[in-house]
Amino acid sequence: MSEAVIKCEAVYKIFGENAKKMLQDSNGNVDAKTFQENGCIVGVNNASFEVAKGEMLVVMGLSGSGKSTLLRCISRLTDATGGKIFIEGQDLLNLNNKELIELRRNKMGMVFQSFALLPHKTVVENIAFPLQIKGIKTEESINKAMEMVKLVGLDGRENYFPRELSGGQQQRVGIARSLAVEPDIWFLDEPFSALDPLIRKEMQDEFLRLQEKLQKTIMFITHDFDEALKLADRIAIMKDGIIEQLDTPANIVLNPATEYVRKFTEEVPREKVLLIEDVMDESISNNLGDIKVSKDEIIENVAEKILTQEKSVAVIDENNKTVGSINPTKIINTVFGGRKNGK
Amino acid sequence: MEFLKKYPKIFQWLFLLIVFFALCFAIDVPETYKFIRGQAEFVKDPNQSSYIFLGKEVRYYAFDVFWRLPPLLGWLPIWINDSLFFLMNEWMPMEFWNEDTQEFKTRPIVLQISRNLTAFMTFLIELIREILLGGLETIVAFTSWDWIDANPWAELPGLPWTIVAAGFAILAYKLSGIGLALFAGLTMVYISIFGQWKPSMQTLSFILVAAPLSFIFGLSLGIAAYKSKRVEKALYPILLVMQTMPQYAVLVPALVLFGVGDHAAVIITMVVAVPPMILLTLLGLRAIPPEVIEAGRMSGCNNWQLMSKVLIPTARRDILIGVNQVIMVCFSMAVISAFIGAKGLGFNLLLALNQLNIGLALEAGLCISLIAILLDKMSLAWANKQVDYFGNLNFFQRNKNLLFFSITVIIGILLSYFGSVYFKGGYNYLFEVPHNKGISTADFWNKGVDWIFDTFFVYIKAFNTWLIQEVLQPMRALYLRMPAVATLVLVVGAGYLIGGIRSALVVCGLTLFIALSPWWDRALVTAYMATFGVIVSCIIGFTVGTLCFQNKHSAKFMLGVCDIFQTFPSFVYLIPVMMLFGITDTSVLIAVIVYATIPATRYTIEGLRSVPAGLHDAATMSGVNKFQRLTKIEFPLAFPHMMLGINQTIVFALFMVIIGAFIGTEDLGQYILKALSDKNGAGIGLTLGICVAFIGLIFDNLIRTWVEKRKKHLGIA
Repeated sequence: MSEAVIKCEAVYKIFGENAKKMLQDSNGNVDAKTFQENGCIVGVNNASFEVAKGEMLVVMGLSGSGKSTLLRCISRLTDATGGKIFIEGQDLLNLNNKELIELRRNKMGMVFQSFALLPHKTVVENIAFPLQIKGIKTEESINKAMEMVKLVGLDGRENYFPRELSGGQQQRVGIARSLAVEPDIWFLDEPFSALDPLIRKEMQDEFLRLQEKLQKTIMFITHDFDEALKLADRIAIMKDGIIEQLDTPANIVLNPATEYVRKFTEEVPREKVLLIEDVMDESISNNLGDIKVSKDEIIENVAEKILTQEKSVAVIDENNKTVGSINPTKIINTVFGGRKNGK
Repeated sequence: MEFLKKYPKIFQWLFLLIVFFALCFAIDVPETYKFIRGQAEFVKDPNQSSYIFLGKEVRYYAFDVFWRLPPLLGWLPIWINDSLFFLMNEWMPMEFWNEDTQEFKTRPIVLQISRNLTAFMTFLIELIREILLGGLETIVAFTSWDWIDANPWAELPGLPWTIVAAGFAILAYKLSGIGLALFAGLTMVYISIFGQWKPSMQTLSFILVAAPLSFIFGLSLGIAAYKSKRVEKALYPILLVMQTMPQYAVLVPALVLFGVGDHAAVIITMVVAVPPMILLTLLGLRAIPPEVIEAGRMSGCNNWQLMSKVLIPTARRDILIGVNQVIMVCFSMAVISAFIGAKGLGFNLLLALNQLNIGLALEAGLCISLIAILLDKMSLAWANKQVDYFGNLNFFQRNKNLLFFSITVIIGILLSYFGSVYFKGGYNYLFEVPHNKGISTADFWNKGVDWIFDTFFVYIKAFNTWLIQEVLQPMRALYLRMPAVATLVLVVGAGYLIGGIRSALVVCGLTLFIALSPWWDRALVTAYMATFGVIVSCIIGFTVGTLCFQNKHSAKFMLGVCDIFQTFPSFVYLIPVMMLFGITDTSVLIAVIVYATIPATRYTIEGLRSVPAGLHDAATMSGVNKFQRLTKIEFPLAFPHMMLGINQTIVFALFMVIIGAFIGTEDLGQYILKALSDKNGAGIGLTLGICVAFIGLIFDNLIRTWVEKRKKHLGIA
């Protein structure tokens, strides 16, 4: 991890009339229940984390868990009640309106669950909209927007209106629009939740392809745990405004921090999530089998190979150096094994 | 008892009714009481009592307070009057440069503002009028009469009617297609050959000024209300009262402030047309999904860009429907404001009605209705039109309508030149068919009316007499027999039972205002006429609506009919009823019933339609027959929406009752009409208008509160 692009320090968002005062009085010890009795609703409760450059942080939570509120605090669509937020070292909450608009015009892009396209503009005009708002000339902005149209694979439909497109296509427009200004930071608020399962999978793959190419710093909101596992570098799981756990997908599956997180992980097919690296033994014995596996392989892909072996198998890194070993029983335990003995 | 326990509300209502009737019987009619006709209230009479408040003497007939409250607000109209007078003639005199006399003159500031506003409005109206009809005034406004005398050629020539007609057709084609284009063309040709061109264009020029101004003001205020809660709160009560205020009533104060003429009519029209525009703007902006606003913000919009590029285009449809409303109000006002000297079709209509020339009135009424329908359809087509993409069209495709219009302009000018040669010495019919020189069907209609009268006189008279003697008079007597206290108890009790203490207080305040004004008896008469109209309208509307709902096509057809009827300026309804029933209360009531049936029918159909299809299927699968489905499923669910229809019906009925004063009734409307010709009428007119508005608001409050509760209860809020 290099330097943090997004940095949150004890961010609170509390809705209600005298939220600020109540937060001050509580000395950072926010209890949702007592706040609710006083007519305040806690949206985000003491969120602190960092997102590094090029990293994808997925915030996962059920509806009402405060994940969208957290995102809106960081994009400053709502003002956080307390705490500090830094975007590339700039103190977000102290920016004036003009600086904020500058920041959004150049650094941030956002995709919305309901697409939020402008109904009176065509696909290409929608995509060019943030550029034109910035004051870029019409022709130039349309050219740039056409590049984006190609990037998301909508060529030939650039003169359609949003009402003439399917949900998946509309969201492609939304994605293209958010990327038009070439932002460094990319916010996605449940971008695929309104889509059919098949389209959703297609869009996820597309999204991964884009990210590989663009390497943006991403905050991705979802209520779908599988989606989070599939996309994330790290996952933050939220409940009632509190971040219950923030870790890599593997660690969340293997070491759920709370009972709540465990419930999500129970149904997860581990072999699809975990890498060999996550389950191997660090110790290297001499009695190893004939084959070698890479530590970055997903278990599912190599399980069959390992299970044909009687002995443990050597695990190698990218330089072909042996870094550990893995026993077939371990694979069986991980895949079928009890949730009890975890590892 | 079991029954009452199950439905405690019924017990409460029964109790309220018992109290009400007990009060009615307990309080006797005072011997001295009689319904006062005419202006007797303002004539000195030794039997009158009087008091002095704020230096104003108020005279009234004193009764037992339980029977009629003393008019403690009687000073209000006089006070309003005096204040207006003071504002116009004495308050803050200042020196102003007078162009005509070339010297400074001292004038009160309000008067000066009013005069400047008047001049500005007059200029706008004249400008458009002269583009359509030709004239001198606009040129004179920039130069002087002397200059015109020296340069007699400098006169706006006016457009030949052929060009205006073609222009409308092309615009209609662009907005909607060939059907509307045909309708537009035919309407214009009809107007022209029936010799109504000049008054029609006068009306049109009035609307072309009033509508855009109302739109701009309404939109700005709507945006202001959207942005600031405080503005919204300040506007809300005004909007509420303006929605139920009869348009008549606003005329009188305007008369004082702005004098007589088209300019005053425009200002008044704006006062009436701006509130619905504000409401629809607010509605449209509120309905924008929050994510669209966030998307705009994240695209880096500043406030201005957000409003002009994101919010207003997204709310376009509602805003344009507001424009449609504005146009409709303008038409309605185009007739009503003829009372304060607006020229055009409305003036002709009023004149014809006054002379009892039904044929002429019908022609003018038809013209104004046709133009109203045309503009209504065109503005709706504009609202529903989706934006097209022009990027890949060539120059000709993009500008073909403009090209066509240019060609018609040339052809039109050539035609009118040709006409001037052909009709040498006579009227140039290809330029403008002069008023009364076109085809007229007035004689035909007048003869028809005479024939109807001759043939059916006996039956109509019998029906008339029966209705008045057997139904209307007793009902009126019953209403007047109510002691003020009993009425108050009934209304406040109903408010409490429906909406709790808050509703009761609101309703109490509104009722008290009317009871304490000098016109309680008149208000009762207004209420009785409106009640009669509403009851009959609702019966007809519910029946027709329910029957039409049974078939998809008939429902659609009926809604279309309602649309067209609603487009007619309210005054037009008086023409056919006067044709059939002459000048009687029956005429007014029938006009009321026809007018008020529109919302009753419309809301019934819409309410029944809004019942979810899933429920429909579920009911059918439970084996109900058509009638059971109607009574058990559709009516209960549609009823809240139908109640809103009743609410509208009441407002419509009140409007028409007030307008009916033109024929001659004894309600509040008659006083408003009188106030128009009274030099001290402004205060009276305004107070009367507020009284009528409050009658509407009492029912509005009760019905809306009930509907909201009911909808919440049914989970369809």
